[in-house]
Amino acid sequence: MTEPAPGAAQNERQAAPSRPAIPSGDRPAYPPGEGPTPLLSVRDLRIRFATQDGAATVKAVDGISFDVMPGETFGIIGESGSGKTTLGRALVSLLPPTEGSILHDGVDPRSLSDSALRVHRRDYQIVFQDPHAALNPRQTVLTSVCEPLEIAGGLPRAERERRGLEALSRVGIAPEYAQRYPHMLSGGQKQRINIARVLTVRPKLIVCDEVVAALDVSIRGDVLNLFADLQREFGLTYVFITHDLSVVAHVSDRIAVTYLGRLMELGPTLAVGEQPLHPYTEALMSADPLPLPSHLRAQRQRIVLQGEIPSPIDPPSGCRFRTRCPSAQPRCAADVPAWRELRPAHWVACHFSTRDGPPARPPQQQAA
Amino acid sequence: MLEVRDLSISFRTGGGQVAVTRKLNFNIASGERLGVVGESGCGKTVTGLSVLRLLPESHTRIDGQILFEGRDLAHLAEPQMQAIRGRDIAMIFQEPMTALDPVFSVGEQIAEAYRTHFPVSRAEARERSIDALARVGIPLPGRRVDEYPHQFSGGMRQRVMIAMALICEPKLLIADEPTTALDVTVQAQITDLLRELSERAGTALLFITHDLGVVAEVCTRMLTMYAGEIVEDAPVDDALVRPRHPYTSGLLRSLPRLAKHREALPSIRGRVPSPSEMPPGCRFRARCDHALPACAGEQVAAEISPGHSARCMRAAELQLPGVVA
Repeated sequence: MTEPAPGAAQNERQAAPSRPAIPSGDRPAYPPGEGPTPLLSVRDLRIRFATQDGAATVKAVDGISFDVMPGETFGIIGESGSGKTTLGRALVSLLPPTEGSILHDGVDPRSLSDSALRVHRRDYQIVFQDPHAALNPRQTVLTSVCEPLEIAGGLPRAERERRGLEALSRVGIAPEYAQRYPHMLSGGQKQRINIARVLTVRPKLIVCDEVVAALDVSIRGDVLNLFADLQREFGLTYVFITHDLSVVAHVSDRIAVTYLGRLMELGPTLAVGEQPLHPYTEALMSADPLPLPSHLRAQRQRIVLQGEIPSPIDPPSGCRFRTRCPSAQPRCAADVPAWRELRPAHWVACHFSTRDGPPARPPQQQAA
Repeated sequence: MLEVRDLSISFRTGGGQVAVTRKLNFNIASGERLGVVGESGCGKTVTGLSVLRLLPESHTRIDGQILFEGRDLAHLAEPQMQAIRGRDIAMIFQEPMTALDPVFSVGEQIAEAYRTHFPVSRAEARERSIDALARVGIPLPGRRVDEYPHQFSGGMRQRVMIAMALICEPKLLIADEPTTALDVTVQAQITDLLRELSERAGTALLFITHDLGVVAEVCTRMLTMYAGEIVEDAPVDDALVRPRHPYTSGLLRSLPRLAKHREALPSIRGRVPSPSEMPPGCRFRARCDHALPACAGEQVAAEISPGHSARCMRAAELQLPGVVA
């Protein structure tokens, strides 16, 4: 791989509509100290909560490491209970790590003073799933959109409103909507307003937590297209968190697959989608209902997993996925699988995966 | 078995009468699995509820006929309707936790559904409940029958709902977004289960969903609804490969699963007209790339090929893209 200077990729992106080559995998594809600093660097992150009665501990995130490079769209996929939302909140300092670290462009936000953190936060923003709940019903659209600038401070009201209107126009909301209230708008419009809101502070990175899950199919495409356009225009970096395989596969450069607070697999989108290495990823992809006619669907082998995701209070020993894995062996209960790079930039946590894919399934499991 | 004729449903609201569906016509044959797709507000849930007469009577006006084995459910007296509800036609909902009663064991709730229609002892109803739980794939049914809804996971609760709905061996099961609240690996279990149970027992299915992938997995025929009207009615494979209504085609083309990685997704411009300002003629025409002035006139659902009809005057002439390029 050729080695661009850190600034070159940035210029290239602005000049040409084609996307710059992004170093894939767990580590940047640069010799130490020479590549661009990852915009996000997550190391052995653990986040635990006490249950309501205090009797037990929920291990929501339990030892996750990855880097997100500038300009990249990093997809995080997982089912409910996988810890993906907790992880997303931690990435933008809404939750403190219990153990491990999250560096923003090399800086640990925990090391900053309160006032420095307030400035720092502008660069790392989040958009939530429910566009209705994220807006104050008693504030006009423009007030909501300008609020982040007000919190950040330092700008006169007129300038805040000018920037707010500019952001609204950029997401395709006409100026006459600025003085309306959220209940007068559709779900798609509200989500655009939530996007405009984070744009006002000109962030570097936006965590998108299930941002299209609440939208109808025909609107979903528009909002995803908007995210792509904004990325090209402003050089944004995204962490896209979703349970929807088709969305994550469409927008991401790389995909991380989470299960019960750990990463099962991480790699380039097409490789993870079409030649997964982990048995969980393989089952997940095969369970995605495809809108294809029967003659095209028949070619696909469906792996139906037994049971559901166990409780993060008392996760299985060894490999977290072993209780539902069609290929589980005694060793899976004893040892936690190592994080191995089986293909270039394509990582997996399974004892038995090879570079050709996940371990073979015993035939009786396929009838389930 | 079920014949819906010119079904128009409207609600009385503070602001006057609001039409929700307009002149729906469709049939479900015995053993058939019919998917109803459309976006929020298109009237698909209301249509499902109307078949079981679960809409609030004081605020709802139903015109037209819902013929079930020759009897018009739209105008049946309530006691006779009760004899059909749960016995011949059953329903499952999106959120099983709100549909189950938290203070009764699942066994008691399933047994109640059975004892409402069949004069059997408590002991026998309990035995049947255990069988029903076993049929929907719940492990250790003899033990779990005495557990309460909160002791079940989301997928297992939906299985309990299905067990309850099928305990009387109904002829028709109405399923309203039954997998929307579930994870994808659990969704696959439930869609497989519904298809298998329908195939084995010959139960007809009215499957309401916004997910075209789920329809393709489960159903044999598909209705597309838009703004309270049925715009297309076709065998699933035909609708996916060769849609005849521009709205169906637009829905299919907007699916990210079918687009090339990172390419802009095709979308449908504009938005659904509100019920109070529904235009005459084709309701989709303001968003349609193929609209002509004549689309403002009344559109009728016309059969284009056997079993495939669309409410679009250009249906026969247009070459609309489906899921296969």
